[in-house]
Amino acid sequence: MIDMTVRHEHFSPAIVAEGLVKRYGATTALAGVDLTVPAGTVFGLLGPNGAGKTTAVRVLATLIQPDAGRALVGGYDVRHDGHRVRQLVGLTGQYASVDEMLTGHENLLMIGRLLGLSRSAAKARARELLADFRLAESADRPARAYSGGMRRRLDLAASLVGRPRLLFLDEPTTGLDPRSRNEMWDVVRDLVGGHGVTVLLTTQYLEEADQLADDIAVVDHGRIIAHGSPEALKKQTGAQTLAVRPGDVTDMPLVVAAVAELAGVAPEVAGSLVSARVTDPAVLPALVRRLDDAGVPIGEITLRSSSLDEVFLALTGHPATDGPTSAKPTSPTDVTGGEPAVDDPAARIPAATRS
Amino acid sequence: MSAVTALPGPIPGTTGHPEPVGSARVSPLDALRHTATLAWRTLVQVKHNPMELLDFSVQPLMFLLLFTYVFGGAISGSTGDYLTFALPGIIVQNTLFTTLNTGTGLNTDLTKGVFDRLRSLPIARSAPLAGRILADMTKQIWAIAMLLGLGYILGFRVQTGPLQALAACGLVVLFALAASWISVLVGMLVSEPEKVMIFGFTLIFPLTFVSNAFVQTTTMPGWLQAFVKVNPVTALADATRGLLVSGPVWTPAWHALLWAAGLAAVFAPLAVAAFKRRV
Repeated sequence: MIDMTVRHEHFSPAIVAEGLVKRYGATTALAGVDLTVPAGTVFGLLGPNGAGKTTAVRVLATLIQPDAGRALVGGYDVRHDGHRVRQLVGLTGQYASVDEMLTGHENLLMIGRLLGLSRSAAKARARELLADFRLAESADRPARAYSGGMRRRLDLAASLVGRPRLLFLDEPTTGLDPRSRNEMWDVVRDLVGGHGVTVLLTTQYLEEADQLADDIAVVDHGRIIAHGSPEALKKQTGAQTLAVRPGDVTDMPLVVAAVAELAGVAPEVAGSLVSARVTDPAVLPALVRRLDDAGVPIGEITLRSSSLDEVFLALTGHPATDGPTSAKPTSPTDVTGGEPAVDDPAARIPAATRS
Repeated sequence: MSAVTALPGPIPGTTGHPEPVGSARVSPLDALRHTATLAWRTLVQVKHNPMELLDFSVQPLMFLLLFTYVFGGAISGSTGDYLTFALPGIIVQNTLFTTLNTGTGLNTDLTKGVFDRLRSLPIARSAPLAGRILADMTKQIWAIAMLLGLGYILGFRVQTGPLQALAACGLVVLFALAASWISVLVGMLVSEPEKVMIFGFTLIFPLTFVSNAFVQTTTMPGWLQAFVKVNPVTALADATRGLLVSGPVWTPAWHALLWAAGLAAVFAPLAVAAFKRRV
């Protein structure tokens, strides 16, 4: 396990959890989770379905009580001071929990009123958030007519009505198309960078945790199996995969030898595709130079982020398997947005194309 | 009592001060405000969902027209006589069926994740339940008013007085409030809203029809009369009839109130426990 990198020593932790355990009958959803999230940072819980990510969020947001262990959120015990914790946090669940029968405006108005805003203040806040989240034009349409991306934005807006100091985002981009996902990332960056909000997010995508989180904890079967900065985690797991296909198959032995030497590991060969996990992206230009010098034509060459599966394999020696509590079925209305499922690795942006 | 004792003092490493926030509890006045806001939310839903309006306004009116003009002549010899007899019964029947909406609404909130959102907010824990019940009682009063209004147009006249008529509405709503705890309990136990309806129809259909809500008890076979006489719907229909038209009031009203108290005493604690367990 990687040592925790503390890069915000001057802040007190926004979230501290110690030995959290939660069981559902014979199923152990959390098997002793410890975590510390410094104020003003983004903490990513990375893991497959059923790893216990959502359970951890539900405990920290006071929706459920842990069977054992203790957690402080904003300095308050989630078990004994839930009402105070709820005054500090916002929660956006995995499946957009907006009231489908109400319009976007009414959803936000209701929450403003519940939070004690006057009618006019609640209306003003609702309008402001609807504009910020590009929902102003659909403000007076029932939320059931919204696309998946719009619902997700409304759900996030709903959790921001009370200007929370801490935000829990449970798989904020699962089911979103790449454009909506990038928008969501920008919103999170703005909340943290511009407003000092502390964010705890769960995700199944290494890419997302890498993009947003200051610290990442990898969760498997209710336990944190690795913990550290994205850089440290990538260094440990070989977070990128280099793949090359020679233009001419007769060059295969030469290519395999070059990849083996530069990556320092024995490459996998599938058909004419040679691939290896690498920790240093500089391997890519080095390989290009090497093959060019040798006069070997390159058919295809890519450097992409390793998938969660590959990270799991590196950390545990077994691929990520869905735990006992697999995800709820997506509600049928989620398909109205016409957005592709994001489980398709092709939908992820290859690391090589990023700045 | 939790098996885990809270550790004394701060967790090691937590040196910072807690974030400044408001009080540790919700004040009763705030709890009422939260309940009112959530009741508003349930009523506003109707605006965007005309089918629901149809459900709790048009359906009872259809029943009223159907019973009066299709069965009325056959049962009472004249539609006017039958309307006078049956309208109180239809009010009772409709009110009991409408209690199912409380369970389906709660179950929908549960399965759609709306409760997660509400419970993450610093509001009274009872407000989502109380707000739903308050809104549903408002709908009940609306439906009773519609039935009395259409009844008036068709020739039904309150033969007692305005106070008795108000008492009739109050009694029916009070009974519905008690009965809705069954609906809440079922709503908390089943996996999807439709199952509340299936359960409700299975229970409420025989209860309302095997009563004297629509026909005189004396027209039924003896073994069935035995059930009709102990059926709480009979007591409620008799009392409503007595308060709106004529007939005994005190005895059936007491029976109905006792039943209501009994239902609430048994099902309210069960429903609240199920609510706390599920949300």
